Amino acid sequence: MNKLSEFMLPPQKSTLAEGTDALFNFINVTSLIFLIGITIAIIYFAWKYRRRSENDVTPVITHNNTLEITWSVIPLILVIIVFGWGLSGYVNLTTAPDDAYEVRVVGKSWLWEFHYETGHVSVNELHIPVDRPVKLVMSSEDVIHSFYIPDFRVKMDVLPSRYSTVWFEATEVGESVVFCTEYCGTAHSNMMARAIVHDQEDFETWLEVAGSADDDMDPVELGQELVTRNACTTCHSADGTQLQGPTFQGLWGSVSEIEDGQTVTVDENHIRESILEPGAKITSGYQPVMPPYAGTLNDRQIDAIIEYIKTLQ
Amino acid sequence: MATNEATPSVKKLQVRRFKPEENPKKHYLNEETGIWAWMTTVDHKKIGLMYLASITFFFFIGGVLALLLRTELLSPARSFMDANVYNQVFTLHGAIMIFFFLIPSVPAALGNFVLPLQLGAKDVAFPRLNLASYYIYVIGALFTIFAIFTGGVDTGWTFYTPYSTTTSGNVMAMTFGVFILGFSSILTGLNFIVTIHKLRSPGLTWNKLPLNLWGLYATSLIQILATPVLAITLLLLTMERALGIGIFDPAIGGDPVLYQHFFWFYSHPAVYIMIVPGFGIISEVISTFSRKVIFGYWAIALSSLAIAFIGFLVWGHHMFTAGQSSLANMVFSFLTFLVGIPTGIKIFNWIATMYRGSIDLKAPMIYALVFLFLFTIGGFTGIMLGALAVDIHLHDTYYVVAHFHYVMMGGMVMAFLAGLHYWWPKMFGKMYSEFWARISCALIFVGFNMTFLPQFVMGAQGMPRRYFNYIDQFQPFHQFSTMGAYVMGVGFLIMAGYLLHSMLKGKAAGSNPWGSRALEWQTSSPVPLHNFEHTPVIINGPYDYHKPMSEFQLGIATPHHDHHDDHQPTDVTQTEKEQA
Amino acid sequence: MSQPSALEEKLDHLQHHFIDSDQQFEASKLGMWIFLVTEILFFGGLFTAYIVYRSWYPELYLLASAELDTFWGAVNTFVLIGSSLTVAMAIRSAQLNQIKGLIINLWITIGLAGVFMVIKFFEYTHKFEKGIFPGSHYSYEGIAHEKANIFFSIYYMMTGLHGVHVMIGIGLMIWLVIKAKKKVFHSGYYTPVEITGLYWHLVDIIWIFLFPLLYLID
Repeated sequence: MNKLSEFMLPPQKSTLAEGTDALFNFINVTSLIFLIGITIAIIYFAWKYRRRSENDVTPVITHNNTLEITWSVIPLILVIIVFGWGLSGYVNLTTAPDDAYEVRVVGKSWLWEFHYETGHVSVNELHIPVDRPVKLVMSSEDVIHSFYIPDFRVKMDVLPSRYSTVWFEATEVGESVVFCTEYCGTAHSNMMARAIVHDQEDFETWLEVAGSADDDMDPVELGQELVTRNACTTCHSADGTQLQGPTFQGLWGSVSEIEDGQTVTVDENHIRESILEPGAKITSGYQPVMPPYAGTLNDRQIDAIIEYIKTLQ
Repeated sequence: MATNEATPSVKKLQVRRFKPEENPKKHYLNEETGIWAWMTTVDHKKIGLMYLASITFFFFIGGVLALLLRTELLSPARSFMDANVYNQVFTLHGAIMIFFFLIPSVPAALGNFVLPLQLGAKDVAFPRLNLASYYIYVIGALFTIFAIFTGGVDTGWTFYTPYSTTTSGNVMAMTFGVFILGFSSILTGLNFIVTIHKLRSPGLTWNKLPLNLWGLYATSLIQILATPVLAITLLLLTMERALGIGIFDPAIGGDPVLYQHFFWFYSHPAVYIMIVPGFGIISEVISTFSRKVIFGYWAIALSSLAIAFIGFLVWGHHMFTAGQSSLANMVFSFLTFLVGIPTGIKIFNWIATMYRGSIDLKAPMIYALVFLFLFTIGGFTGIMLGALAVDIHLHDTYYVVAHFHYVMMGGMVMAFLAGLHYWWPKMFGKMYSEFWARISCALIFVGFNMTFLPQFVMGAQGMPRRYFNYIDQFQPFHQFSTMGAYVMGVGFLIMAGYLLHSMLKGKAAGSNPWGSRALEWQTSSPVPLHNFEHTPVIINGPYDYHKPMSEFQLGIATPHHDHHDDHQPTDVTQTEKEQA
Repeated sequence: MSQPSALEEKLDHLQHHFIDSDQQFEASKLGMWIFLVTEILFFGGLFTAYIVYRSWYPELYLLASAELDTFWGAVNTFVLIGSSLTVAMAIRSAQLNQIKGLIINLWITIGLAGVFMVIKFFEYTHKFEKGIFPGSHYSYEGIAHEKANIFFSIYYMMTGLHGVHVMIGIGLMIWLVIKAKKKVFHSGYYTPVEITGLYWHLVDIIWIFLFPLLYLID
């Protein structure tokens, strides 16, 4: 049974995982027992009572109350057990402890933004402390997304126009994958993030350092780092590959045609505007799907990205 | 009730024994021929066959799309289509399979053919409306095809707002097409309910109604009660795109979760529109091929109605993670488990029917047994998904995809194939190759399990659905799954081959190749234009296999007001003479 | 649903798959009742949307319904109730073999339905002039509520869909008049009149719900 569970389920990396897995295994094993019984009955009857001649006479058995009540009541009892078990697990999953560490999550097509209490914003990287309840307060900028960490067994839809929450307590230091599980368009399957679990000390160091770590980097290197970190690369390639947005390669200085027939030269101002207010000028042939980065990137970071794009000729 | 009204005019006539003509020269397939006669026919059997041709076409399209999807998923990144194409393809696969194949497959195609026959009626209550339903279906389908060629649709078959109100592509044509299609479904349901209530043969009381008709009756109830809600939902969505009314659009003050409630209020019962008629077929097939009285007639009949009823109260289990209240989640979870009980009861009853029967493993029976196995898996995984805590983990993963396919394909499609193979001789008067039928069934069974069993594992490990790319660890599962899909594809190709061969060169089947006691087998194959050369009289139940066949071949000459078949009385006397 | 194909004999309306007229009539009537159930569920979706938004924003409904003209709404209510009466009289005439009365009553019903639509037309244009459009096109500033556009989306969907049903009813009754002039109906066969009447009563009843729910909120 342990082997089955290991084969079917991802590793347990939160305090909630064990409860969910126990119920999963219970249902699996019970179902398997029933399924084997049913299959044996089908095969056995099909063989044992196979037609021997065209004149076979079969008995008239119209019903059998005892039998019918038995096979109604036993499953009923079983499903009530499963219901109660599932409910108690669910209550656990939805009741965050009061002292939980809060992170604000914003889903945008197609990236995850994590806002920490220090004001720092990380994109597609959720940094959390180990052995401490974490509560995510989530909302979406555009369509419905869903926040899912298989290792933690938690999932919650992220909606525009309202907040939803999810909580968990990671049990070991390491990395887990975050998926978007509500279909949200072209790059839905690339809307992934990493949940990085630090021990308490590391986490605090990270919080302090994260905001200022870039200060002494070379602008081009920083720019390169930033386009990865902010999920620009989900839609904009650096090597000419066609994705959802124009490639960065050869972008600088080129003339692009925008939707109403006008043309615009790609310079500092255009890139800056496209980052902060992507809907303003859409290059024709592309969908207006890029989320605005106003409030996520500061001026210095934007400058660094521009420097980086300049190098991709 | 029809029976009471019929009695005064027929009391004088004696009930006689009839033997159906074995290889009739004139039947519904050759009495009126030509394209125009087919297109304007109001005959339920021909309309049924027209539906059958259409759904076969859509099943083929949907199947090819599925194979494209599986092929793309062989590798984690892009292989031959890009993300946008992939998204359109899975949307079309879902929409076509659900709205254009599954929903009309048993009720409209097989149901149309067999329902009046099982009632001993000449046609459904409103034959012209029946034809209209078919054309409404065609118009809905044309809209959808129009949508594909004018930008495509990439919303998923669920059309969730606000994505569906903001994405490019022609969502409007698609939702409008499905809106139109809904009316086809509503009118078919209406027609069936009235037919079952008003057109039963003399003696066909409710407790002698074949279980297939109980299944169709429950299905029709869902069709008329749930489909209008889908219609209004899709109308609102269409209007949202056309006029910006915004009831579901958060950008201008609407609420997207309200859309989900509306959508699932139809679409969950719709799952039962797809599966409940399958239960009916399985009851017929298992009883016929076990030559045995069905076990627990009322348990099976009433559990269909119970499923139809509870099915209306469980839509919220699609929204456990959508942000509805915990109380709502609790109630929906509980009711979901309650649906499991009548479903379980059915499975046990079918197995009990096999007990001490005289089981003949012909193709329809094999499909029925395959159904039992696969549908049981589908049911148990449904219990898994109904459990709140576990569903939080499994929601919107491949586990749900696999569960859904086990219920819909392993359940519904297998039941449909059982029914198709069961009634095929009645439809065309020809037999198919039993050998190839078994080969194809085996390939489909193996291919199906190869395709979807790995998806349970992937899903439980966290692979989300509707993913164009995936992380490398899932690749072996995806590859195995794709191989299974190909095997299944080969199985269906073989089926197409032997069924076509049967239609063209098959051996004559005779009126009752399975030795069934059901009413539709007491007339010749293919069926005469007006179904019976006499008005059947029903004294025994449809599953009374302990009584001799002659007890089931009773009828009276139709009292005539009818200018269509003045040949009938002569036929009757001829048959009588032959017997003498 | 089941109109005759020719009219030589009294029994010519009877379709071949029915045993007698009664069975055919009963079947048609049951069919129509089921259809009405589906209609109610169809509107039921809109009523649900109405209830949901009303429970979320009760004050919105108070404010917005003041923009609707109660007087003309009331007039329309009486017009429709009157038309329900005349359609019932049309059925009565058919049952009594009074074909002339049937035609006159149908014409009155059609006239009343026309009056209803004309009043509705003026109500709509009056709102459009103010900029009260549904959803995203809404530009009126007289209602101090951010969701006023949603109220009017619901208003236009409900009354618009009802209006479409009135138009269909007018079409059906014109068709009945044509058939009646051809002497298709008589006391032994008036099924289409009866089931159109049923349909018309439903249209009327839906309005009787719409009127207080939309216009009469204090």
